[in-house]
Amino acid sequence: MKFARGSRRGRFLERTIAGLDQAMERTLYAEDTATAGGLLQQMDARVKAGGLFALVVAAALARRMPAIAAIFALAVALAAVSRLSLRVLAGRVWAGTLVFTGILAAPALFLTPGVVLYRLPGLGWPVTKQGLTTASYLMSRVETATTLAALLVLTTPWMRVLKSLRALGVPVVFVAILGMAWRYILLLLGTALEMFESHKSRAVGALKGAERRRVAAASAGVLLSRAFHMSGDVYLAMQARGFRGEILVLEDFTMKRLDWLALAAFASLAAAAVWAGR
Amino acid sequence: MTLFETEGLTYRYQQVKAVDGLTLSIQDGSRVALIGANGSGKSTLLRLLDGLCFAQEGAVRFRGQELKEDRFADDAFAFSFRRQVGLVFQSADVQLFNPTVFDEVAFGPLQLRWPKTELRERVREALERFGIAHLSDRVPHRLSGGEKKRVALASVLVLDPAVLLLDEPTAELDPRSQSQLIDLLVQWGGGAKSVITATHNLGDLEDIADRCVVLDRGRLVADRSPAEILRDRELLERTNLVHAHRHKHGSGATHSHPHVHSSEGERSAGPCTPDPSDST
Repeated sequence: MKFARGSRRGRFLERTIAGLDQAMERTLYAEDTATAGGLLQQMDARVKAGGLFALVVAAALARRMPAIAAIFALAVALAAVSRLSLRVLAGRVWAGTLVFTGILAAPALFLTPGVVLYRLPGLGWPVTKQGLTTASYLMSRVETATTLAALLVLTTPWMRVLKSLRALGVPVVFVAILGMAWRYILLLLGTALEMFESHKSRAVGALKGAERRRVAAASAGVLLSRAFHMSGDVYLAMQARGFRGEILVLEDFTMKRLDWLALAAFASLAAAAVWAGR
Repeated sequence: MTLFETEGLTYRYQQVKAVDGLTLSIQDGSRVALIGANGSGKSTLLRLLDGLCFAQEGAVRFRGQELKEDRFADDAFAFSFRRQVGLVFQSADVQLFNPTVFDEVAFGPLQLRWPKTELRERVREALERFGIAHLSDRVPHRLSGGEKKRVALASVLVLDPAVLLLDEPTAELDPRSQSQLIDLLVQWGGGAKSVITATHNLGDLEDIADRCVVLDRGRLVADRSPAEILRDRELLERTNLVHAHRHKHGSGATHSHPHVHSSEGERSAGPCTPDPSDST
């Protein structure tokens, strides 16, 4: 194997291992924040799931930017009182959503007919006022919806999220797939980490570009195959202990005073947002 | 009473036969060791006995009832079977999928709809018995190999099944933990329970079983007492359970003789059982 020493680009295996380790930590991060003891953490998971979903629907129905912005501001405030780091939210939720939605919304800037505000230098493509409005609405709605979804996932143990979805009538197949996906991600990351560490233990120096691509391509296939095989075994291990698709957790759901108040607040705020944004 | 019965049982992974025309009968309360080299079909047979995969040819019966996929669609049968039969997988990793160790051990009892007060008590007892109570709130994925194995064992034994299927139970355990586990299995259920153990750790054979079934490429090649199997050097060599290699003894002399390996996970040899014909 040929190696190139020293360059940042050359430390491919080290960077991949560090990245996988970080991804594993991120996946498990929600389990830590779910027990942080903030406002949303104390709430019944069904109220949270139903209430936050109502706000997502309100953001989707609202036709005025101030109404969407108000829901977004409410989501940020809920994150703050639930002891979630806004920096983490910005890095893991808002930035990612901005990039992906931005790519989807970009054509609307140029293709929507209307008043031309600006022309791209060199290409001459027109950015229209109507296109900008359409893209802004799409991005703000998606940012708001993903923030609300993140609030649910980051303040509720995953098994309780799944159980609350079942309580709200989501079909068992869908919930079981979500449950398996979480386990699959952990297995995939763990297997990838072992593979790259094993590769590193047999390599000296940094890999050259072509070698990096070869390692990445070969690893991807083996990784998927191994992780798929292991996730099948995980499902068998669940079946062996009596799993029949239904999500069961130790603690029963009980509605407390806070939950009834929260339910009323979510319903009122969602209705107000729809009314104000009509 | 017959617990498990297989008749011409065959199971293939694509074109490869993992279990090949196996006919076997296991009685209630017996302790059976399934031994064989890697790829001999031990793990697949355990999965077939646990109703996780199903006969492609022949049949598997549990207390006279054939284990078929459509039978497990019936909740009453599935719950009754899972209450009676527990399987500990070879790899602890596949068995750990809950956010905390406590949740992991509670998973089986929850699925089997145990009353929650009793469930919490029994889970705490199981954690104590396996010496993992201090790990109760830890994430299972972050534990060491030995700790993971203990959690995996606790998560099945908490159910107190009448029949226990074990796939290489001592793999990934340090020698002390291996010994503790063997003691636990010997004492488990006062010796009245059925235990079927897949292993190639010949050193523990006589402790964990009173009957030994040898598999080779999915076929049954011997079915005798552990003592008889261990004396049959030719059989053990033919089925790749012992081999001869050169090594040093305390005197410094290097020689070779047939050698028993204690487990897959150990690189160095386990109990050395020299060939009686070897004079050194």
